[in-house]
Amino acid sequence: MPPENSDKELSVAAIRDGTVIDHIQNEATFKVADILNLDTGEEVVLVGMNLPGSKAGRKGLIKIDGRELTLEEVNKIALIAPRATVNIIKGYRVVEKRKVQLPEQVEGIVRCINPNCVTNKQSVTTRFDVLESSPPSLRCVYCERTVSGADIILK
Amino acid sequence: MLQSGDSVISIRDFDSEEIQQVLSVAARMEREDNRDLMRGKILATMFLEASTRTKLSFMSAMLRLGGEVLDFGDTEHSSFKKGESLSDAIRIVSGYCDVIAMRHPWEGAARLAAQIAGLPVINAGDGANQHPTQTFLDLYTIQKVRGRIDGLSVGFVGDLKYGRTVHSLATALSRFDCRQIFVSPPTLRIPAGLLRELEEAGVRYEVSEDLVSAISKLDILYCTRIQRERFADSLEYERTKGAYRLDLALLERGGARDELRIMHPLPRVGELSTDLDDTPYAVYFQQARNGVPVRQALLSLVLGKE
Repeated sequence: MPPENSDKELSVAAIRDGTVIDHIQNEATFKVADILNLDTGEEVVLVGMNLPGSKAGRKGLIKIDGRELTLEEVNKIALIAPRATVNIIKGYRVVEKRKVQLPEQVEGIVRCINPNCVTNKQSVTTRFDVLESSPPSLRCVYCERTVSGADIILK
Repeated sequence: MLQSGDSVISIRDFDSEEIQQVLSVAARMEREDNRDLMRGKILATMFLEASTRTKLSFMSAMLRLGGEVLDFGDTEHSSFKKGESLSDAIRIVSGYCDVIAMRHPWEGAARLAAQIAGLPVINAGDGANQHPTQTFLDLYTIQKVRGRIDGLSVGFVGDLKYGRTVHSLATALSRFDCRQIFVSPPTLRIPAGLLRELEEAGVRYEVSEDLVSAISKLDILYCTRIQRERFADSLEYERTKGAYRLDLALLERGGARDELRIMHPLPRVGELSTDLDDTPYAVYFQQARNGVPVRQALLSLVLGKE
């Protein structure tokens, strides 16, 4: 049986083993689910939005039952949800809290802003070197164009 | 260090030691007889954008090393006309040769080709992005005419905003202890992103609009063409062009050092007076010739013949 849950953040519906991604910027919630391909897996996925957040207004939250996200997967969401925390749950308890962190290279998530880049001309998986993580600044491995802020366009 | 099987895609991939490796092999290529070095090897040239000089220089380099050259033909007559993708074309051509020299109008095309080809690809220009063999020959020229790269003041004049050769050379020089001076009209100023990179690399640089007052500080002056299509107003174009036109009188007015050497990637259209051609300042024709030993060096390094 799940223990009596005093932690408000995890009160949507407790999961026994799996991953809870918390403190997602509200509007980025579905994009996070999309990047992690959560719609194609077998696991039960619970998505919460407009939840009361502690600091920055409303937040999003995603619970994935029965699957522990790897660090690599976690870092894929760093571009769109830099303040998210990832809780690994075992036996209804948080056994590990991970902060998302941009990897050295992001693959297949961002579209290059340069219309003349080969990645916009042919079907090529985009790759960007991460120059700065906060605020994020990326350089296209192919055309070498640097993008930051609002110019970072997700696919 | 550059090794057998490597591709040459962007000057960003090279540190000062690797640049020196290429320059010293190029110097040896120029000194020694290497006419059998590439016997039995085939270079395929894929120039899908107009270029005369670079293509001829690649072909000459391979032929002088005893290798052979296959030409893919231009876009008008090649399989691209039938809608073949770049990836497919690369897969096919890589079966016919040992190394590919490629120019393509899309930025990043050479990097993609190198991933697919399974053999060395040398980028001969990818859109407005990179043209590393030009940068190597520029560096080789500087080293040859001044005996060194470190400790020099290098000025750039002309279109510094769009000039691909300028951006690549400035990046390459940031690997050395050089002062860089960027002289241009305000509308064609060197991009802020590039200046940030130079700052991060600890490069000393100046940005100026006044060519005459910069002249006396320079060891090398790298000129580029100011293109009419960059200006909305033709009067503004004529005025700007005039203010940045380099001739003997301007060098004298600016108090040029005797050792100053003037470079230009050519072709020139009026920004560089012919009255400089026969002076010791002019090294631009020598610069163009240096393309051959530099490309010989790169071909032999990536094919493991060095």
